[in-house]
Amino acid sequence: MASWKPRIGALDIKLMRDLWRLWPQALAVALVLASGVATLILAVGAYRSLDETRRVYYERHRFADIFANVTRAPRSAADRIKEISGVVAAEPRIVKHALLDIEGVREPATGLVISIPDRAPPLLNKPYLRLGRMPDPGRATDVVVNESFANALSLTIGSRFHAILNGRKRALTITGIALSPEYIYAIGPGDLMPDNRRFAVIWMSQEALEGIYDLDGAFNAISVKLLTGANEAHVTKRIDDILARYGGTGAYGRKDQLSHAFLDAELRQLQALSRVIPPIFLFVSAFLVNMILTRLISLEREQIGLLKAVGYGQMEIAAHYLKLVGAIAVVGILLGFALGTWFGASLTNLYGRFFQFPFLVFERDADIYLLSSGVSLAAALLGALKATWQALALPPAVAMQPPAPARFRHLWGERVGFLRHMSQMTVMSLRNMQRWPVRAALTALGLALSVGLLVVSLFAFDSVEFMIDVTYFRSQRQDATINFTDHKPLRALEDVARLPGVLRVEPYREVAARIRNGHLWRRIGIVGKPESSALSRPLDLDHKPILMPESGVLINRRVAEVLELRRGDLVEIETLDERRITRMVPIADIIESYFGLSVYMRLDALNRLMNESPVIDGAHIAYDKAAEGRLFARIKETPAVASIAIQWASLRRFRETLAENINMITSVYIALSVIVAFGVVYNSARIQLSERARDLASLRVLGFTKTEVSRVLLTELVILTLVAQPLGWVLGYAFGWLTIQSFSSDLYTTPMIIENATYAKASLVTMAAAAASALIVRRRVDRLDLIAVLKTRE
Amino acid sequence: MRDVVFHVRDLTKVYQTGEVAVHALRGVDMELYAGELVVLLGPSGSGKSTLLNILGGLDRGTSGTCRFRDLDLMSLDDRSLTTYRRDHIGFVFQFYNLIPSLTARENVALVTEISKAPMTPADALELVGLGNRMDHFPAQLSGGEQQRVAIARAIAKRPEVLLCDEPTGALDSRTGVRVLEAIAAVNRELGTSTAIITHNAAIREMAHRFFLFGDGRIVETTENPTRRPPAEITW
Repeated sequence: MASWKPRIGALDIKLMRDLWRLWPQALAVALVLASGVATLILAVGAYRSLDETRRVYYERHRFADIFANVTRAPRSAADRIKEISGVVAAEPRIVKHALLDIEGVREPATGLVISIPDRAPPLLNKPYLRLGRMPDPGRATDVVVNESFANALSLTIGSRFHAILNGRKRALTITGIALSPEYIYAIGPGDLMPDNRRFAVIWMSQEALEGIYDLDGAFNAISVKLLTGANEAHVTKRIDDILARYGGTGAYGRKDQLSHAFLDAELRQLQALSRVIPPIFLFVSAFLVNMILTRLISLEREQIGLLKAVGYGQMEIAAHYLKLVGAIAVVGILLGFALGTWFGASLTNLYGRFFQFPFLVFERDADIYLLSSGVSLAAALLGALKATWQALALPPAVAMQPPAPARFRHLWGERVGFLRHMSQMTVMSLRNMQRWPVRAALTALGLALSVGLLVVSLFAFDSVEFMIDVTYFRSQRQDATINFTDHKPLRALEDVARLPGVLRVEPYREVAARIRNGHLWRRIGIVGKPESSALSRPLDLDHKPILMPESGVLINRRVAEVLELRRGDLVEIETLDERRITRMVPIADIIESYFGLSVYMRLDALNRLMNESPVIDGAHIAYDKAAEGRLFARIKETPAVASIAIQWASLRRFRETLAENINMITSVYIALSVIVAFGVVYNSARIQLSERARDLASLRVLGFTKTEVSRVLLTELVILTLVAQPLGWVLGYAFGWLTIQSFSSDLYTTPMIIENATYAKASLVTMAAAAASALIVRRRVDRLDLIAVLKTRE
Repeated sequence: MRDVVFHVRDLTKVYQTGEVAVHALRGVDMELYAGELVVLLGPSGSGKSTLLNILGGLDRGTSGTCRFRDLDLMSLDDRSLTTYRRDHIGFVFQFYNLIPSLTARENVALVTEISKAPMTPADALELVGLGNRMDHFPAQLSGGEQQRVAIARAIAKRPEVLLCDEPTGALDSRTGVRVLEAIAAVNRELGTSTAIITHNAAIREMAHRFFLFGDGRIVETTENPTRRPPAEITW
């Protein structure tokens, strides 16, 4: 017999049997752990993949670094720009806005017409041709349009539409459909969000456009690519010097290029969601796993005593339990890897389609895998070690004894008769929580953390809805904004008022400028507005409309923050036209506006600043919805109108764009939060059941029904779940605050808004998860083997 | 004609564990009369605990007859068995099975709260000689005291039957005697029909009758001509 040696040690067999016996709990722990690991991998993975995809896309399609617009400049100006040190390539082109008329589309749309060199492929901002072919050289009817526009209107190769080019309506035929790194987000003038039905990017032969716009041998826009490490500010300054006399409006870098800025803001939002929420998830899951495993191992106390008594060493016993926990953790981690990688790839695909990248680059860096698995494994093992050590510290004889009956105390408040009317069952629950306050607190904390995770997963929608309310219903209340092709005298307003159905008009003027405070500056448009307005109203920080000040400017909160300005400060304004008028103006007030960088000035003051007779650039209008068709039809035929922004269309797109972006990742977070909530409650209840099986069996023998007995467990769970809610709301607010900090960009600032309904939803979901796991435990209570529990020693 | 509380005929119990059928009871016949105190003696595995569990509604027999007065225990479902335990049966186990988070009085109150005509927890504890330890938690009581609380808890609802499975098994002889005195007092003063399972042959001397179990059957039934009070029993 002495030579008989099992190939698998008895302890390892015990290990496997224990795992088998504990599988539902082990699975619940593994799922919580997997959620933490998966969140980090999927969020960081998706963000990095998209960021890398963008980088590669920009590189392969030679997205320019600097852009500049002029009224009209000769080609020689472009040659001089090419010679600036640090410039790799400069490509002059023609870029014009055009009003479109598409059959079957009631609203007027706007096109951005861009020239394509006829003899060679473009050097910069190369379109990615999805379908068809580039326009034939010199042919004024061939166009390539951007894919999102074609898709939105179901246009395809051969489809025709009309555009007003240089005051003349022309028929155009689509020869190709393309994507462009320059218009990943194609946002029309005056729009806050891309509206693919109403804004098109149109590529046409350069020769043809030169002819149409009388720009032979000249250009009105230029794109510049820099050497790596070139000084962008320096090059920008040189370009401005060269272009100033041709009506240059100031060169700008990628950060002021609308599509890039927008994509950047969206990616930053995604990054924020990946930087703040997943670590919270990981921490929460690690914490929960630690808590659960500590309690699970504490239940093994007698077995640990027994193993010690029969001669196993401390290290062997510790190793045994570490293996048990390690096995659970490894299952969780592998599950997390799989889920994270898979979800991450699906999420990247979804976003890739959303952003319309022509291809995707998947990034799978080892660091997030290592980090997430390391944190999870450490948390699990530490939990196991702590509990094993406590049991190992006891002499075997003591450890094998059932723990001495726990010492209970009378409850605080009991003496004043607080509990006189409570049943003994309730007293049991209350005293139990009082006896193990740390355990009760940890369970409540675990639940609170799940509530917090749900709040932070859900709150973004509240913030977006609030932005919508303030922007579309309190501030920008116009039905549409008409943008003229160039400055018009004030009386043009009367022509607008005469358009069909127009009820009210408010003029505006916009002057491109640089606003500077010391070394901090931004490119902005100063918007001139009448003293008081009913449609497009500036709101103060309490969201109350305010009058335009006689002098000075109103700036929104974002401008105040990035330029470090306060009410009453003086700020430098430099216009970007050839005159470069520079003035110091006082900040009259700070206003609330979540979109862009807003700088408002009274219209007459702005005209004075520009030394011009009163001119306007467009008008906000309110119109009779019944006359909308006639109004749109008329506008399509009005050459003086460059574009029209329609509020309802913009609102619809806003909801779609921002909500979709947030929606994709938050739905994943919500699913994972539910798993966490379920895991916490299920395990707490299961462990409580193991710890108190004897009490419960005694009650059953005494004649208590299954329902009554379950109540003892459930009362405690209900109390802890309820206590956890307010704490969870506070945690959710804190997590939300952390997230929102990196949500803001120059394009939009997201306010921190959490509606009561969101707290309620988070609580309801957690409570539902609690109820579901309580029901499962209830079924266990029903199957409690009374005789076995009572006859065996504790 | 004596008043029959339990009527058992040809009762069997088979546990199917895997492929092995364990015959715990192989045909038991017995009666328990009102107000009687009986002792069930026998080696481990002889079937006495199985019988007690079936009588107490914790388990169901496989075949045969088992009636509590007019109630056929063989045909009751889980819910009815719970009601049966609640209304008629008091249990005492070797390991006292008190709720550690409740005081002695509250452990008793646990039962009186769900009973139809209970005595007060104080009276029940008084009966087992614990009138002065009522507000102590189990952890503050000795083993014997805990067992007496368990007895008080079992009889506070004035059950017709008190079933005790090795009530002195975990106690030394002096403490054990005090527990037996409490059981005898309950039987005498309340007239509760009582069945005690024990390994300890000396205890049979306090019973009206005792049954000797062997291999799933009652092999011998003996009437005690003279009962001895627990105080005179030693082991």
